[in-house]
Amino acid sequence: MADTKLATRIETGVDERKVLLSIQDLRVWFELRRFGFGVAGYVRAVDGVSFDLHHGEAIAVVGESGCGKSSLMKTILGLYRPREGKVTFDDQTISDMGRKGLNWYRAQVGYIQQDPYGALPPFMSLQRILDEPLVIGGVHNKDERIARIHKVMGEVKMHPVEDFLQKFPHMLSGGQQQRAVIARAMIREPKLIVADEPVSMLDASVRVEILKLLRGLQETHNLSFIYITHDLSTVKYFSERIMVMYAGRLVEKGPISKILKNPLHPYTSALMAATSDPDAKNADSYKEVPPGEPPSLVKPPAGCRFHPRCSRIIQGLCDQQDPPEFEPEPNHQVQCWLYQ
Amino acid sequence: MTTNNEKLLRVERLVLHFRTTVGAVQAVDGLDFSLDSNRAVVILGESGCGKTSLAKAILRLLPRNVGEYSGKVYLNGTDVMAFSEEEFRQNVRWVGMSLVPQAAMNSLNPVIRVGDQVAEPAMIHLGVKKDEAINLAKQMFQHVGVPVDFLVRYPFELSGGMRQRVAIAMALVTSPSLIVLDEPTSALDLLTQANIFNVLKRIKKELGTSFILITHDIATSSELADEVAIMYAGQIVETGNAKEFFPAPLHPYAHMLMASVPRLRADQDPEFITGQPPSLINLPTSCRFAPRCPKRFEKCDQDPPIIEKNGRKVKCWLYA
Ligand SMILES: Nc1ncnc2c1ncn2[C@@H]1O[C@H](COP(=O)(O)OP(=O)(O)OP(=O)(O)O)[C@@H](O)[C@H]1O
Ligand SMILES: Nc1ncnc2c1ncn2[C@@H]1O[C@H](COP(=O)(O)OP(=O)(O)OP(=O)(O)O)[C@@H](O)[C@H]1O
Ligand code: SF4
Ligand SMILES: [Mg+2]
Ligand SMILES: [Mg+2]
Repeated sequence: MADTKLATRIETGVDERKVLLSIQDLRVWFELRRFGFGVAGYVRAVDGVSFDLHHGEAIAVVGESGCGKSSLMKTILGLYRPREGKVTFDDQTISDMGRKGLNWYRAQVGYIQQDPYGALPPFMSLQRILDEPLVIGGVHNKDERIARIHKVMGEVKMHPVEDFLQKFPHMLSGGQQQRAVIARAMIREPKLIVADEPVSMLDASVRVEILKLLRGLQETHNLSFIYITHDLSTVKYFSERIMVMYAGRLVEKGPISKILKNPLHPYTSALMAATSDPDAKNADSYKEVPPGEPPSLVKPPAGCRFHPRCSRIIQGLCDQQDPPEFEPEPNHQVQCWLYQ
Repeated sequence: MTTNNEKLLRVERLVLHFRTTVGAVQAVDGLDFSLDSNRAVVILGESGCGKTSLAKAILRLLPRNVGEYSGKVYLNGTDVMAFSEEEFRQNVRWVGMSLVPQAAMNSLNPVIRVGDQVAEPAMIHLGVKKDEAINLAKQMFQHVGVPVDFLVRYPFELSGGMRQRVAIAMALVTSPSLIVLDEPTSALDLLTQANIFNVLKRIKKELGTSFILITHDIATSSELADEVAIMYAGQIVETGNAKEFFPAPLHPYAHMLMASVPRLRADQDPEFITGQPPSLINLPTSCRFAPRCPKRFEKCDQDPPIIEKNGRKVKCWLYA
């Protein structure tokens, strides 16, 4: 890849392209209902998240189970309403969009949902699965629809296309099902693709194949891309920037090579330390792992949400005051008092 | 009865087939491997290659549709395959070796306190009284890092990671010399996973337990591995010392499998393996990996023997 601009972005985070998607102080809370007493509290799944995504940019959101990754994405897709904050796409705020606007928006964003096995309707052939979004999107010419279906099937490398189009999801292997899900996300030629753990259910050997396919599509179509994962070892093959999520917050954001070389937030460091590469020496020593588990999102800890597990805690500060976002170096932000 | 005093476990020509309406599923198809005391072997392979079936075959936990089940399993030199079901239950399962099944943390009994669940195998298999069994459970909780006041809790009151530790405590309570772990951390978070591997390392060091770790997570498996066995389509295609295997696998499949692992601390691009493993019902008579192997040559049309090379074993014609 002789793209020097890409190399610069990966190193420095400087991105001159136009912003496509902008998220500002987003909060997504789910009500906890108590029988007869109304609302008992809230699950603060997303609790003050901001970031920009540029045209053609690929970013990764990394975090453990339950930290709010899927809730954040579903809100970006317009499936959940934010409690506060806004999502702007191509300078239009999605919460202000009417039905027509939302239809337009949905065509601009392709979604690859978590769990490929539940993603495809079981009683539809691939032909119908791919035809439907086009019909809904107002492509009335049948020949055009057929041409587009063939094109996208070729792009996700499902050959011979004719054979696959007649198949039903259960006739496909996990990897093939995931290709079909990708084809469906691509069929309306979106500008943005959101891929929620696209490979975590697949076998190791198939995983890489699917990630490479996605990366290829992202580059050839100059797509903006959000890749959600809990697996730090895959992000560098895939994205220019990383955002690390913990308990509803983006605790660290920055260009990929900076974060992987020099993680700033203690949680990011812990994730990196816990990620193994296959190496027989690993068996000779114990790993340094923060104790405990992620906090409840109903009553998150006061102060920094990571403080009960943090080995570098500043007593009297971290356990009392919520750290704001600091920028210790350009384009690299961190929510941690160590960088004040 | 044959005896062999050096090895804790020796498996020879182990076969476990399942009967189905479309033919026999040859899930475990003539396996050989062995394990010394206080060592851990990891069995690595893709989904469906027969890893869980191997665990079931070793522990004789068989489904109803068993077809062929044969071979030898020596535990401390004694052929336990020759045991009757009653002898096996009394002398082997739990007391000799125990299993932490795949998804164990979700199969705890929801209405029994976790302390009682951990104590139960001790009462049944060691014949100890309830008080003493609870006492043993308490000790096991300490080994696996679960606070002892959790003894009286129910499974739903524990996180996934804590429930998995409880499942390990249960396998440990009868002091077996060998524990088989089937995908012990695959459903858990990264940090929880790392914590559990620390627990397993500590048990191995403090109690001298041996492990068979079954997983498809190659990177994490290196946290516990002394030995590696690579499984493909019902067979083991390579075994060797982890320190020799990880830097330089021999079998083409093992090589490609290792190359498919994304690495955090290295820059090489991961590669994928094209094609799919064969059906375990219609296996080729050639080398089972031949249809996907970039190195295949004429000889590969025949089933390769297991070849010994500097203490390593590989089932591939390239080394004949
Ligand atoms: N529709 C909902 N109603 C109530 N709570 C919800 C809802 N969706 C998610 N939550 C809660 O919000 C929190 C964040 O969930 P979310 O699915 O966004 O996490 P995630 O990071 O995607 O996790 P995973 O890695 O397991 O997919 C969790 O505590 C979850 O239980
Ligand atoms: N009782 C059974 N009857 C028929 N076929 C079976 C039975 N149990 C397992 N199989 C088949 O045997 C093969 C091996 O299954 P096994 O569960 O041992 O694989 P595995 O390597 O553990 O896979 P995974 O990584 O997905 O857990 C699979 O094709 C499976 O469908
Ligand atoms: S703010 Fe304090 S407690 Fe939080 S991560 Fe930074 S040092 Fe640790
Ligand atoms: Mg999710
Ligand atoms: Mg299994």
